[in-house]
Amino acid sequence: MRSILKTSAAAIAVLAATLGGASADGLTGNLKIFLDTSNPAPRATMEEMIAQFGEKNPDLTIETTVIDREAYKTQIRNFLTANAPDVANWYAANRMRPYVEAGLFEDVSDLWAEPAIAENLASTKGALTIDGKQWGVPYTYYQWGVYYRKDIFDELGLSEPATWEEEKANCQKILDAGKKCYTIGTKFLWTAGGWFDYLNMRTNGFDFHMDLLTGKASWQSDEVRKTFANWRELIDMGAFIDNHQTYSWQEALPFMVKGDAAAYLMGNFAVAPLRDAGLTDDQIDFYQFVEITPGVEKAEDAPTDTFHIPSKAQNKEAAREFLKFVVSPEVQTWINDGKHLGQLPVNAKSSVDNDKFLEQGFEMLSTNSPGGVAQFFDRDAPAEMAKIAMEGLQEFMVKPDNLDKILARLDRARERINK
Amino acid sequence: MAQASVAASRQNSWWHRNQQRLTPWLFLAPGILFFLFYVIFPIFQSFNLSLYEWDGLGQAEFVGTYNYEELYWDEAFYTSLKNNVIWLVLYLAAIPAGLFIALFLNQTVTGIRLYKSLFFFPFVISQVVVGLVFTWFYDPTFGILNVLLGAVGLPPMNVLGDENWVTVGIIVAGLWPQTAYCMILYLTGLNAVDPEQIEAGRLDGAKGWRMLWYIIVPQLRPATFIAFVVTIIGALRSFDLISVMTNGGPFGASRVLSFYMFEVALSEYGFRMGYGAAIAVVLFMIMLAFIAYFLWSMYKEERAR
Amino acid sequence: MFPTPIERTSRTWRISYQTLLPLALILWLLPLIAVAIFSVKPDSDFANANYWGWPSSFEGFTNYALVFTGSDMPQYLLNSFKITIPTVIGAVTLSCMTGFALGVYKFKANIWIFFMFVAGNFVPFQILMVPVRDLTLQMGLYNTITGLVLFHIAFQTGFCTLFMRNFIRALPFELIEAARVEGVAEWRIFWYVVLPLMKPAIAALSVLIFTFIWNDYFWAIVLTQGVESQPVTAGITSFNSQYRAAYHLMSAGSIVAALPPVAMFFLMQRHFIAGLTLGAVK
Repeated sequence: MRSILKTSAAAIAVLAATLGGASADGLTGNLKIFLDTSNPAPRATMEEMIAQFGEKNPDLTIETTVIDREAYKTQIRNFLTANAPDVANWYAANRMRPYVEAGLFEDVSDLWAEPAIAENLASTKGALTIDGKQWGVPYTYYQWGVYYRKDIFDELGLSEPATWEEEKANCQKILDAGKKCYTIGTKFLWTAGGWFDYLNMRTNGFDFHMDLLTGKASWQSDEVRKTFANWRELIDMGAFIDNHQTYSWQEALPFMVKGDAAAYLMGNFAVAPLRDAGLTDDQIDFYQFVEITPGVEKAEDAPTDTFHIPSKAQNKEAAREFLKFVVSPEVQTWINDGKHLGQLPVNAKSSVDNDKFLEQGFEMLSTNSPGGVAQFFDRDAPAEMAKIAMEGLQEFMVKPDNLDKILARLDRARERINK
Repeated sequence: MAQASVAASRQNSWWHRNQQRLTPWLFLAPGILFFLFYVIFPIFQSFNLSLYEWDGLGQAEFVGTYNYEELYWDEAFYTSLKNNVIWLVLYLAAIPAGLFIALFLNQTVTGIRLYKSLFFFPFVISQVVVGLVFTWFYDPTFGILNVLLGAVGLPPMNVLGDENWVTVGIIVAGLWPQTAYCMILYLTGLNAVDPEQIEAGRLDGAKGWRMLWYIIVPQLRPATFIAFVVTIIGALRSFDLISVMTNGGPFGASRVLSFYMFEVALSEYGFRMGYGAAIAVVLFMIMLAFIAYFLWSMYKEERAR
Repeated sequence: MFPTPIERTSRTWRISYQTLLPLALILWLLPLIAVAIFSVKPDSDFANANYWGWPSSFEGFTNYALVFTGSDMPQYLLNSFKITIPTVIGAVTLSCMTGFALGVYKFKANIWIFFMFVAGNFVPFQILMVPVRDLTLQMGLYNTITGLVLFHIAFQTGFCTLFMRNFIRALPFELIEAARVEGVAEWRIFWYVVLPLMKPAIAALSVLIFTFIWNDYFWAIVLTQGVESQPVTAGITSFNSQYRAAYHLMSAGSIVAALPPVAMFFLMQRHFIAGLTLGAVK
């Protein structure tokens, strides 16, 4: 497999000619694109999308570099300062803040002022906005929620819960049947962040959750303690699989596949490996995380992946065209369909693919998330705080009695980081 | 080259007069420059950087001893420090273990050479692979450790998921190649043991453990010294195994200073370069005590020549 | 000889030693044997919880073929060679020179320069992490094989100098004296007198450094970050995240990654062991 795909203009021109002539936008020069989509399916999708853009711009030489997803997270610091591409992908919200503040991302508010984007991408505008300006465009997002084994639920006579009491009652029945309620692998910590996001948003609401993650609210507050008390109910029941601290999220999948655990709080990307492992769509289903405090508006995690133009880019004109191309309704429709990314399109004019999880997710996010849309624990909180906090969450899941110590530690970190 | 005439003309040349004095410096120059540039200066840069706050992107900000004050309050730092001490102590087990295996293999039966090299095998394998294999051994669902524990009627344990066992578990994995290393040092050392002294000891009635302790071990001093040096260095540098086996977890319980430093400075959620440098300085100070001791021993030996 | 040679002991002890030996070896190498067996198992064995038993069918070819065709492993292996071989050449060359200078000449700073190399070699190399990474970035060598090689050469020079200097010290000094009396230039003494005598040390050191550099993981993840420049130790971790929980493939990948230094060790065994003990024990 080659990681650098160089597409020469000549080859594209030939391709364009054989396809019957796409019109040129008149872009010239080089366009360097850095991507972190190293997994096979996203990688192929991105390469296909870029090839399409190349067809439309035969005079443009596009050079794509795909970097390993994990490596990319540290490498971005280097290439933005030393060796900037013209386009790079990244994540929305606080995750892009360090680069915005260091002046490494280009202000693209002008794109957001164009009606085609202003009207159709309104729902994600907030996630791309810092200091009243927009610093990139989204290209995909996906829902989080509870993926569960429908066949196990049916066998035990359970139905999708809607309230916290129902959730716990279901769980008790699952435990009585000798299974665990939830699989999870917290070795790399962030999965515990997902549980906290939901428990805290349902217990205290979206606004409090954001205040907490951005350092405005205290970790030792009564609200936070209530969230942990709710979490502890599940832990004390023995709802989570044992030894989760030694597994990655992928290593936790077999528990659900084998039927040792009934459900998984995860992002929609978990569906593909579950299907690959042999589960059919009749065996898996999805429900929105239940209500906990009645009256608190439901809010969801829906991490948004984004494209940005580094401020040191050479060909910003072509980069802007590329961003516009990516968010256009047609492109959004096909790159996010089940054969490609299998996620949700960001453009309101696009259509969601005919896939039961995508449809449910889209429905949930567009009609049943009045409280707001969060990015995810480690994207909403500053990186340093996220790390310390998620470690505390993992510790709590293993040693719930350490809660006071953990919360005191997190508060000290909060004070230092937000000083 | 016309040897004779050249030799004659350079008899009195400046170069010839100073040749003996200058040659070593010319030979040393590339090595020293490289070493200064990549090793010695960076040590001082780390000291300097530890006084700054820097995220690797913007301008570094001078904060004095702030990073060190932070360390003082940082529980993760104390956990790392404690684990470093555990590493230092337990890792030394490689020395007696290596000696034991060396004694076991110090025979002349057929095929012993092959045995010796196969016993040494673990040392040439990357720690990344060693870590992976031991992770599977400890795996709570299918690991062979729990199979064995079950066979003798003990409850299963999750070594790498238990904050009290995790460091010990990783050290055991590290001891495997390190013992092989010490073993090879001792095997060579045993070759050099003076047979006459052994015979003399035998005549005096020394046997088994007494012979080992009073006659053999003193003669193995040079090997022991080197084994000590490489084991201490190995213990303080431990990084690969932790990174592969636990990534520092569960909840940071298996961190050591070298890993924590990497985590705060270069990992996904890191980029506190100054803070990382401050941790590096602490680790360096611990090492300095040992380096001073090593150099002092070598210095004495040099003088004795 | 200690312990007492086995031939001179009782028959029972002799027989029990002969049986103990292979048993001990198997126990000692159990982790490796396990990986080797894992690597030829079919996928289904892991699904059926047949972890430690005998493979239900031999899938070695399939598994290893997948490592070479279904992943970036060949590229990582190539990178490892491209990193390791220049480093060995560079570090050995530099240290032949420094070792010669420090081993043959007597001058005041000699011992201090020697100690600088030794101390630098003992330093917990993590202290160099941030500055060296920065330096490499500034030189535009971040994420390049060159950047990694240059650092490795510099750092290994410390250990190699210790090794070479001690070796040269042990050479008969009269040879050098004799050459000097005949008026041979110093560099010619190095080239024609000392260097030929250093051949065993060069061989030993090369094998040793090859293993050290091949197995390096830390600097690989600090100074490089992609398929185009990372060596196989770092590659194996991304290989593993690609095939997480596919234990047969992870095992096959690990074995492929571990093989070159193992082959090196068995081919050059005598040099290797001489190397480990020579520079060290002297």
